[in-house]
Amino acid sequence: MALLEVSHIEKNFENTKVLKDISFQMEEGQAVSIIGSSGSGKTTLLRCLNFLEVPDGGTITVRGEKLFDASEKAQESEEELRKKRLHFGLVFQNFNLFPQYTALENVTLAPKLALEKPDSESLGRIEAHGRELLRKMGLENRENNYPHQLSGGQQQRVAIARALALQPDILCFDEPTSALDPMLTGEVLKVIRSLAEQHTTMIIVTHEMGFARDVSDQVIFMDKGVIAEQGTPEEIFTKPKEEKTRQFLSGYTNPN
Amino acid sequence: MFITVTLQLLQGFAKTVELFALTLLFSLPLGLLLSLGSMSRAKILKYPIKFLIWVIRGTPLMLQLMVIFYGPGLLGNPVWNGMGNTGRFAAALVAFVINYSCYFSEIYRGGIQSVPVGQYEAGQVLGMTRGQIFRKVVLLQVIKRIVPPMSNEIITLVKDTSLANVISVTEIIFMGNSFTKSNGLIWPLFYTGVFYLLFCGLLTILFGYIEKKLSYFR
Repeated sequence: MALLEVSHIEKNFENTKVLKDISFQMEEGQAVSIIGSSGSGKTTLLRCLNFLEVPDGGTITVRGEKLFDASEKAQESEEELRKKRLHFGLVFQNFNLFPQYTALENVTLAPKLALEKPDSESLGRIEAHGRELLRKMGLENRENNYPHQLSGGQQQRVAIARALALQPDILCFDEPTSALDPMLTGEVLKVIRSLAEQHTTMIIVTHEMGFARDVSDQVIFMDKGVIAEQGTPEEIFTKPKEEKTRQFLSGYTNPN
Repeated sequence: MFITVTLQLLQGFAKTVELFALTLLFSLPLGLLLSLGSMSRAKILKYPIKFLIWVIRGTPLMLQLMVIFYGPGLLGNPVWNGMGNTGRFAAALVAFVINYSCYFSEIYRGGIQSVPVGQYEAGQVLGMTRGQIFRKVVLLQVIKRIVPPMSNEIITLVKDTSLANVISVTEIIFMGNSFTKSNGLIWPLFYTGVFYLLFCGLLTILFGYIEKKLSYFR
């Protein structure tokens, strides 16, 4: 059984169809990259998965549990929606760290708030886990820095640790390096690459073609709200079947 | 004479501070309610509040004081009468609270709307409740942003209390002026400025301290 099953997702803004009949599946431990030009609906798709947008059609299923079904327009309680959200984590393009908290506090805030009874033992466990995550991100000396004291690359790595702290089934990245210069891009991609090596289940919306090719098990090319082509990195990058895919990729300098 | 004047002015100043403090006490929370209402999706709430804010910000506070003090009597319901000075003070307080709630509500609105939507979304995808997002993520950022405009408005309020003079509230200007009438002395009126200056200086130090406290993040 697929870990994530997205079927026939549709989303309209006013009269514009942003997503038209999007379906795909992914297995546990896979990394899926979504590529495509701006306005092709990549970000909207991620936002639908994270319930920041409500799709107008289709279903989203995780581990066989139907999290969303557009045909059942029943009003959900905030509580249920929150639980469903926790299957997904999201790393934003512009980090969205909480400025008034230190790096460590950014990572531990949500898990601490989610505790039913915050005794010192569970709080200590969360702190230790937060420190461990920051260490994995190469930020062990930055625990007590506030976001404005960190570089963009460091901020994004804190944001990744923050998303990981809730142990989501699927971690989503929305153009995680688009706000960074090439040098800082490298350090963030390195972290994502190491997550891929540890078989973290990830969906990565990116414009870094070389990176997508290296780390993904599956690549989805989106164009004008539909999945134009989908396959292994090999299939998409070296022998794309669709003319649109070829055209899109030719806009990027060959990573080799 | 100096001592007599100082003591008299201190009495007036006590009234000034009382009007100032009570205005803040009521208009700070009321302003928040108005700002939430003015951002509400419910049109029946939003538009009347926007209209009220337009009227209050578009007319002089001095005029509002007179309307509130004399208006009820003209309409055949003299609520402020028979209470003497207390009635005058109460009318002034009502006018100040309405006026300042409207100004504060716009400051709150600016502060709340200036927090990037990404902050709310980050809280949402981390599974926080709406209450948690407001209290733990947004609130302190709003406070940081509104401290400078708030301190400006609050310092203006200190001096605006002198407008209560037009309905003969016995605040400090009224007291200072009384020496012009009874003793032909003008300097006590000028002397009132010292009280305002000292009080505003104190507030400036206080707000500077708060701003500094909140300067650890951006």
